[in-house]
Amino acid sequence: MPTEHSSAATPEQSAERRARQRWMSILAKAEFSDLDTLWNNLPSKPTWTVVRLPEIGMVMARGRAGGTGQRFNLGEVAVTRCAVQLEFGAVGFGYVMGRNRRHAELAAAVDAMLQTPSRRDALERAIIAPLTLRLDEKRLNRSRKAAATKVEFFTMVRGS
Amino acid sequence: MYVAVKGGDRAIENSQKLLDEERRGDPRVPELSLDQIREQMSLAVDRVMTEGSLYDPELAALAIKQARGDLVEAIFLLRAYRTTLPRFGVGEPIDTAKMAVRRRISATYKDLPGGQLLGASFDYTHRLLDFALAAGDERPVAEIAPEGVESGMQHVADILDHEGLIEREDPDDENQPVFDLTRESPRYPADRAARLQNLARGDEGWLLALGYSTQRGYGNNHPFAGEIRVGEVAVEFAPEELGFPIEIGEITVTECEMVNQFKGSAQVPPQFTRGYGLTFGHCERKAMGMALVDRALRARDFGEATEAPAQDEEFVMAHSDNVEASGFVQHLKLPHYVDFQAELVTVRALRRKAEAARAIADAAE
Amino acid sequence: MTDTIDLRPGFADPVIEAQNVFRLVLDAMARPGRIATIPESLQPPSPLSVGAAAICLALADHDTPIWLAPEFRTPSAIAFLKFHCGCPIVDVPANAAFAIANGATVPALDQFAIGDDAWPETSTTVIVQLDDLAVGDGLVLSGPGIETTHRLNARGLRVDVWGEWRANQGLFPCGVDLILVAGNRIAALPRTTTVSEN
Repeated sequence: MPTEHSSAATPEQSAERRARQRWMSILAKAEFSDLDTLWNNLPSKPTWTVVRLPEIGMVMARGRAGGTGQRFNLGEVAVTRCAVQLEFGAVGFGYVMGRNRRHAELAAAVDAMLQTPSRRDALERAIIAPLTLRLDEKRLNRSRKAAATKVEFFTMVRGS
Repeated sequence: MYVAVKGGDRAIENSQKLLDEERRGDPRVPELSLDQIREQMSLAVDRVMTEGSLYDPELAALAIKQARGDLVEAIFLLRAYRTTLPRFGVGEPIDTAKMAVRRRISATYKDLPGGQLLGASFDYTHRLLDFALAAGDERPVAEIAPEGVESGMQHVADILDHEGLIEREDPDDENQPVFDLTRESPRYPADRAARLQNLARGDEGWLLALGYSTQRGYGNNHPFAGEIRVGEVAVEFAPEELGFPIEIGEITVTECEMVNQFKGSAQVPPQFTRGYGLTFGHCERKAMGMALVDRALRARDFGEATEAPAQDEEFVMAHSDNVEASGFVQHLKLPHYVDFQAELVTVRALRRKAEAARAIADAAE
Repeated sequence: MTDTIDLRPGFADPVIEAQNVFRLVLDAMARPGRIATIPESLQPPSPLSVGAAAICLALADHDTPIWLAPEFRTPSAIAFLKFHCGCPIVDVPANAAFAIANGATVPALDQFAIGDDAWPETSTTVIVQLDDLAVGDGLVLSGPGIETTHRLNARGLRVDVWGEWRANQGLFPCGVDLILVAGNRIAALPRTTTVSEN
């Protein structure tokens, strides 16, 4: 099925898109409790209308044979999505694995707010940076435990 | 054939109440929470997600609780639930080379770049029951290395690839659709995408036994565990309304790459061929069985004889699904009264005929 | 890249409304030429009619590519369909599960997918927007789902389409199906319906 992903974009548009991909990824991967706490600490919050009510569905996850070859359908992942529109127009999307409706709505709201240049820096500091830090910490912690199990096998001389 | 029957409502209702009570067990024992199942029965959760074909640890835990630990029943529950959800679309293929690796071993190279990581494994335990666990309240603590493992570990198969000694796994045409057995009926011969999806959802016991059968000589293909890795990968999805891919979360997967010796054929020089296994969560035995069976099912592609059960694609695929198998076997419990009455009449008639024939034979003696 | 396009809302109650529209389309297909009225709950971006938009919201998803006639390819119509249906918009009519066109300019019917003998349901369902749709004089319909004959007045449809429709009928079990739409009124012409022009 043909889909047109990226039509020709200007360098600014591509940079903007990469920035948005990064924050959407962070918002989706964050623990809900972390996002919720940071959100609650935010001094000012805009109002929005929900363009698409939080909705639970699935996305089919695919693999590739041998990691690099023929695509195949592995199985579905549960996903919740939501779309909100801020008063002044920006539409934000939340696509978040799992079934937490509030997580999807907050992700959409923050996505919409981050598209507003005047708010971006403050929000990056208040929400995206701390979430990134938490995710990195979690990943590093897992990775360090794995590193402790690294082995060197010595091949013994085979008996005849 | 089974027939519809009426009545029995009260008995059925009471049976279900009894089921609920027995599921709960002795009320003096604290009730299991979903968190407990998710955290402490995590490999059961992983199996239910993989074969239930829905990645959602919370729901899998619920299914296990409701099914009283009967994993095939739990898989059925999860499959039934997934049919109620809309599908938003199809994700980009996960990139296992970018996996945040927590376990990675190879039986073919001891000194592979990036090293071997045992991770959390039963492999080197002595399989002795640990009575300290029975006492409860244990708080084990893992060792923590000063540094994490390196990211972006090369696949072992890529090492052989440099010498051209291993079959390459090249991407297919992005514009072609990928077979989806949840949307289309299987057609034989099936392509590899259809086979891999079928095996990914397939029953672990079925794949384990079939994989084992290939090792014991029923379609032997000389396997080596080239690499097994477990860890987290991002799931990327491009919603139509956005027009570009975004990461929507991370899943844990287990990947197994089997490497098989191949003598070569008229068209293909001697080389190593590959079998692939991929599961949700940590399902190592399943991933290995899947990789063995994937390779066995590729016999036709390599011009090998297809004589063993594990090489028979229709046999393997049509019987791999434990929800279907369980349904068809268990439907034998449904009322077959009319069928059986008909058989009874037939057997009685045959019996009379046989007795009459014997009487004639006896009289003749 | 702030998204400021005018994104019109979809169904207020997606499940109930989509099922209602599904039922109306099903009945329309079962009784060719009978007019069904879709509740006016949508305000789709022009030139999408309420009927065409409601049919898409009820039936289209990421698995059903839609082809739009050039006059329907406005940014707001495309955004509306992509957002609410998640459907890909395709350039070639033959790749579409659904197509939307105006009656006067609908492409020749053989431009759309006709399915194949094993999967005849994979043909394109063509949604044709008209000026008006009424029971009475005009076309004479007969075939499955119609007891004797049924009269339908479909104003604004290209006249030579009925020659193509006869050719389409010859393809049975393959062939396209039509859903005629005027505002929120719809009538279906499945591939089995014979049409004569009085």
